[in-house]
Amino acid sequence: MALNPVKSVLSAGGRHGLAESERRDPIGLAVAALNRLAQSDLVDRLGIRRTSEQTVYKVTHAGFRTIGTVGRSFARKGTSSAGQRIPAANPKGLFDLTPTEDEQMLVDVVTELAEEVVRPAAAEADEACAAPDELLKATLDIGLPTLGVSEELGGIAGERSTVAGVLVHEALAKGDMGLAIAALAPGAVATALSLWGTDEQQQTYLPAFTTDDGVPAAALALAEPTPLFDPRMPATTATRKGSGFVLNGTKSAVVRGADAELFVVGAELDGKPQLFVVESKSPGITIESDPSMGVRAASLSRLILAEVEVDAIALLGDELSYLECLRLSRLAWCALAVGTAQAVLDYVTPYVKEREAFGEPIAHRQSVAFMVANIAIELQGMRLVTWKAASRAAQGKPFDREVALARRLCAEKGMQIGLDGVQLLGGHGFVKEHPVERWYRDLRAIGLMEGAVLV
Amino acid sequence: MINLETPKKVRPLIEQAHQVAMNMLRPISRKYDAAEHEYPKELDMLAAMIDGLSDSGASNGAGAAGVRRSEGAESAGNRNGTNLASVLSIMEMCWGDVGLLLSMPRQGLGNSAIASVADDEQLERFKGVWASMAITEPGVGSDSASIRTTAVKDGDDYVLNGEKIFVTSGERSDAVVVWATLDRSLGRAAIKSFVVPKGTPGMTVERLEHKLGIRASDTATIRFEDCRVPAANLLGSEEVDVKQGFAGAMATFDNTRPLVASMAVGCARASLDLTREILEKAGVEIDHDAPALTQSAAAATFLQLEADWEAAYLLTLQAAWMADNRKPNSLEASMAKAKAGRMGTDVTLRCVELAGTMGYSEQELLEKWARDSKILDIFEGTQQIQQLIVARRVLGLTSAQLK
Repeated sequence: MALNPVKSVLSAGGRHGLAESERRDPIGLAVAALNRLAQSDLVDRLGIRRTSEQTVYKVTHAGFRTIGTVGRSFARKGTSSAGQRIPAANPKGLFDLTPTEDEQMLVDVVTELAEEVVRPAAAEADEACAAPDELLKATLDIGLPTLGVSEELGGIAGERSTVAGVLVHEALAKGDMGLAIAALAPGAVATALSLWGTDEQQQTYLPAFTTDDGVPAAALALAEPTPLFDPRMPATTATRKGSGFVLNGTKSAVVRGADAELFVVGAELDGKPQLFVVESKSPGITIESDPSMGVRAASLSRLILAEVEVDAIALLGDELSYLECLRLSRLAWCALAVGTAQAVLDYVTPYVKEREAFGEPIAHRQSVAFMVANIAIELQGMRLVTWKAASRAAQGKPFDREVALARRLCAEKGMQIGLDGVQLLGGHGFVKEHPVERWYRDLRAIGLMEGAVLV
Repeated sequence: MINLETPKKVRPLIEQAHQVAMNMLRPISRKYDAAEHEYPKELDMLAAMIDGLSDSGASNGAGAAGVRRSEGAESAGNRNGTNLASVLSIMEMCWGDVGLLLSMPRQGLGNSAIASVADDEQLERFKGVWASMAITEPGVGSDSASIRTTAVKDGDDYVLNGEKIFVTSGERSDAVVVWATLDRSLGRAAIKSFVVPKGTPGMTVERLEHKLGIRASDTATIRFEDCRVPAANLLGSEEVDVKQGFAGAMATFDNTRPLVASMAVGCARASLDLTREILEKAGVEIDHDAPALTQSAAAATFLQLEADWEAAYLLTLQAAWMADNRKPNSLEASMAKAKAGRMGTDVTLRCVELAGTMGYSEQELLEKWARDSKILDIFEGTQQIQQLIVARRVLGLTSAQLK
């Protein structure tokens, strides 16, 4: 189609969040020109702009590109036979809301970490779009990446650890959701390898996760940046080449993409969605920084795969494992929502009792108090629905329905809690002096995210 | 170990209740909705059957009286007892019909009150009695501490005077548990409950209400005029303990609120079950793995409703489970009642909308369930009262601070 010069000047749409149909009028043109001038270096050379505005965001800037990190070599070991599997949990047939002693100990440790280390680091990590190394190291020290890996493979799971996983995601997200995701992302890949890997995949990749030092950054990449994305129909494709595959496509919401040494990527093969293990040093990989509304400490990125060739070892599990992965990942996001929503409740409760208006604490007004009550009610509902899905998964029962319900509930009520958290603090909720604005941004992730975390 | 499946040992009871609801309640559901105030005679046989099951122990102690908190040695470990069995079986019965469940002989809320606060002698004496609950008065609803019905000690009797409204099964029951004050100046501490057998002179059932829903259940106005009741019929302690205040009487609510929550859960599930089938027949497939937004609006709405339902269901089980394990559960009981109450109306009304004029028509039961569910967000404490209780507990505020 030939370009119409008049139209191209007047047409404003297609970027800056403008619909294609937007048109400039003469005043609009003048404003646009002024804006371009304001952005140019000329202004700076003339010393008009304040220095604080000159900060150039190298990493936090959307679209900053790099190639995949040149990480370690994963030495091939093992055979293509089925890998180690973790036995299902087997409860006594009683309704019970009490975690096991082991789970409780784990939760206590993670809760302490969340309070002492994660929460204090949250605001800065959100700003920097990166998790501090020492914090990530601390999460490795308590064995988080191996939570879903069987004892035989050097992990800590004696039986299927979905419930423990949910409790840990919840406890860590109470500290900060973004940091929780950054810390839990390697565990998602390790858990996937543990659940669906062949002997060869487990022998080759898992030892790196179970050693005391140097656990690789790794990311489970299922999402794609398209509207109405259905992860069962990824646009990313895998085509067969010899005994291996060639991958093409763009994945989004990839945690710490620039650091990751290993990816588990969702792609369509022969009309079916499948998981592929991809090493970061493979030629054809580009990482693009993709800072988003929230969970910024997770350094979300896009993973661009252009003619990336992988060997036969790359194919992880089958179509059913892909579905299970999808569900278990959504479940992990629900647990994160529960943790962050609990943080909101714990924060607004003392605040509304201290903040006074009209001569008494605002908590003494029903419109305020009922909002807090509803946060507490919906939060507990979210928690129980999430726990039920997790306990069914751990027991090897079907859990597709339960995950779907947990996801709907946590998306809807979690966001409402995020909204109310800000509203209860009024103008103070809108400024970064308080964490509620961050939780508002983080909670918007629930319901739209796929991948990244896994229980 | 965290496990939210229905307990194995209660499953036969749930299945039994489900069969009763399907084969006994559903076939007469519309009949008694239309014939308001007519006694559902079919229930006599059913009540006899439930008594038999109860005596044989097959029902795990479930039912209106299943909320008693047993004393005795603390057994180690996790317990799944009568509270859980009661909410689960009542849920099934209300999947059948809430109005008929409320009309079930010997399964009244008065029976729950007796089970909650009676001493052992009273429990034995009132065994087999069908008891209604009379709290509300023409001028007093949610603020039950300000009731005006009086009880004046006279020798070995108490003399009651006052008017009670909204007494469920007030005409059909054998006795009424009446809340009355010993001394209005002492406030809530002076409120006591009395078991007044039918036929006691001075007690008159004045009229029956015509209602929006649960029309199978009769709702009576009862007047007490110099009605003389033996002092032995006062439930709990006779003493007016200003410190303990309302706690005795309110303890009943910790036990009955999960029951009412379970009614809303059961009723809403009836709507969801039928609506799912109606939608499927209309070609709407509900896909649990597809994002809600990629499905039809009807399917997405249905998922939302089912998610809300699941939350209410589990909050209800939590409250009952805590009672079984003798954990204080006022907060959780009110959470369950608040969530289930609002979920019940939302789900049943949206299901009518999803089914269109088919749902609105009396040819289906969807419109009836949407009428029945409304009361469940009102009685045993309205939505707003539950929120007040939850807010006070979460915020640690007194009733003087948070009015």
